[in-house]
Amino acid sequence: MPAKESSSPLARWTRDGGQMVLELSGDWRRGGGTADIQGEAPDEAPARYDTDELGDFDSTLPAFILSHLRSVAKPGDDAKPPLDGLPPDLRGLMELALAVPEEVEARQTPAEFSEIKKLGKTSINVWASVLSVAEFTGQSVLALGRFVTGRARFRARDFWVIVQECGAQALPIVSLISFLVGLILAFVGNVQLANFGASLYVADLVGIAMFREMGVMMTAIIMSGRTGAAFAAHLGSMKANQEIDALKTFGFDPFDFLVLPRLLALVLMLPLLTLYANAVGIFAGMLVGAAVGIPPVLYWNETVATIGLTMASLGVFKSVFFGAVIAMSGCLQGMHAGNSSASVGEATTRAVVASITAIIILDSGFAAIFTVLDI
Amino acid sequence: MNNSPENPQAKITVRDLTMAYDSFVVMRDLNFEVAEKDIFIIMGGSGCGKSTLLRHLIGLLEPAQGNVFYGNENFTAAGPLERVKFIRRFGVMYQSGALWSSMTLAENIAMPLEENTELAPKAIRDLVSYKLSLVGLSGYEDYYPAQISGGMNKRAGIARAMALDPDILFLDEPGAGLDPLSSRRLDDLILRLRDSLGSTVVIVTHELSSIFAIANNSIFLDTATRTQGAVGNPTELRDHSENPAVRLFLRRGEKSEPPSIPMS
Ligand SMILES: Nc1ncnc2c1ncn2[C@@H]1O[C@H](COP(=O)(O)OP(=O)(O)OP(=O)(O)O)[C@@H](O)[C@H]1O
Ligand SMILES: [Mg+2]
Repeated sequence: MPAKESSSPLARWTRDGGQMVLELSGDWRRGGGTADIQGEAPDEAPARYDTDELGDFDSTLPAFILSHLRSVAKPGDDAKPPLDGLPPDLRGLMELALAVPEEVEARQTPAEFSEIKKLGKTSINVWASVLSVAEFTGQSVLALGRFVTGRARFRARDFWVIVQECGAQALPIVSLISFLVGLILAFVGNVQLANFGASLYVADLVGIAMFREMGVMMTAIIMSGRTGAAFAAHLGSMKANQEIDALKTFGFDPFDFLVLPRLLALVLMLPLLTLYANAVGIFAGMLVGAAVGIPPVLYWNETVATIGLTMASLGVFKSVFFGAVIAMSGCLQGMHAGNSSASVGEATTRAVVASITAIIILDSGFAAIFTVLDI
Repeated sequence: MNNSPENPQAKITVRDLTMAYDSFVVMRDLNFEVAEKDIFIIMGGSGCGKSTLLRHLIGLLEPAQGNVFYGNENFTAAGPLERVKFIRRFGVMYQSGALWSSMTLAENIAMPLEENTELAPKAIRDLVSYKLSLVGLSGYEDYYPAQISGGMNKRAGIARAMALDPDILFLDEPGAGLDPLSSRRLDDLILRLRDSLGSTVVIVTHELSSIFAIANNSIFLDTATRTQGAVGNPTELRDHSENPAVRLFLRRGEKSEPPSIPMS
């Protein structure tokens, strides 16, 4: 094709014996600069087009014409505006663009809210989410009931896969974190206790801290970031893909099928992980002890003497609740996610934030109760 | 190693292409050319590798063997940076629509325009509503993909593929899920785009009526032999192809007379 010199796009409105004529000339190309519009745009569709001087064009030209035609179209008037004088290609494109009338009903006016309305909306949303948490908890209890009576339906295979994911596969990270926590506790404790020549009490300190709080806390927080988030993302994308609807239409209760195995798996595995974390923490303390001259046997005896069965079971007891909280907030947020990929991300964030907050609040509650009960 | 197409005039040249997922060979030894301004159909039974071929053409998958050329440049051998300059000229509609679900339809179409052109916001808005009008969706600018129907999603995907007036338009089953009228309008649209913008169009489809109405060239992927069954104009293939599988496919499984296709 010979390289033509491109001229800038120009549109001119003229009146020819009472009829509006739109003269189009130049090259209407995306890179060719903004169109120069001469004459005043009328509030009617042009009766005719004059395109003798028109050069090349891409979509910018039909877009320009269409935008004028749409802006002057009368609502409810289905008559097609005349397209005389347009070159055949352009005319064909315009006919296609006008073939389906604009769906005026569909247009959404962006909602404008005053501050008061926003406040109201926020309060309603907060209340709604409280309700949805309550409803979800209720449903979980019912589902547990169905499970206990053997009427809940889910695939055992799914359950074991989830058990593996939130159990065995979490071991490395749980080991690392609880080892380091045990190490830190022992080091910090030893610096102070050594002042009194009471280094041996490092064993008590590490044992009590791990068994009562740190073991279960760290494990729960790791699991909500790891597994709670995974639950929310998994169920959220199932929701977005209508996979949950597909379950429903096959007669599966999504609650039994998706939430129950996750809930059971985590309630089962979190206590075990907690026990394991406690053991690793104690082991780390023992290593530090050995480094500062406490023989492991002595360390062990001291630990066993301080920590009775009651104290050893406190953390594990709490972990049952924490496991339920993590699984439920992950599943709740996933099941209530919106339909877009972004909403899956939001659901995941909310699940983690909600479960960590709930864990900390629950833990303070437990601390208060245990103090009152003097255990 | 042959590093140039035999016919540099052709828009797309595929030479000895073998497509595989790891060790699973989907199709082998594909050889065909798509000429400038062709409306080229990729057809074949479900699961035979049509979408896979499309993904090879646009560089989402790497050939196990063979080359894809655009003009006389080797696309397969090009590095990631060189490929960008090819890919800029493509418009692609995916089989599942693949609209960005967190953006409205208008934003879906505007994003390529905003990122790749210097257009003013008003011009972009006009272009967006023009593209949506072309697929019969004007008025749905502010809807999210989840709020419109399956067929509408498909059409919005086509509008997005056309956003940049691409030189080559790739459409994966654009007609599936559309009513006969929309599907007919889509055929018109494809012809118009080819005529007005000079685009080349590569379409995966099984809709026989639209194949005969718009295509001037096609490739048939044969599941039985795992290679191309025939290349050529679909009407001629239906009447004169030597490959019985091709004739059967193009006659909807009827062995003898070709179905009467109403002339448009
Ligand atoms: N990501 C993948 N990994 C492995 N195999 C795949 C993958 N995607 C597709 N396949 C296989 O490649 C073959 C061709 O798939 P492809 O999606 O190209 O089919 P198609 O011709 O587009 O079918 P349809 O008309 O149903 O869309 C199928 O056998 C499929 O199982
Ligand atoms: Mg496909």
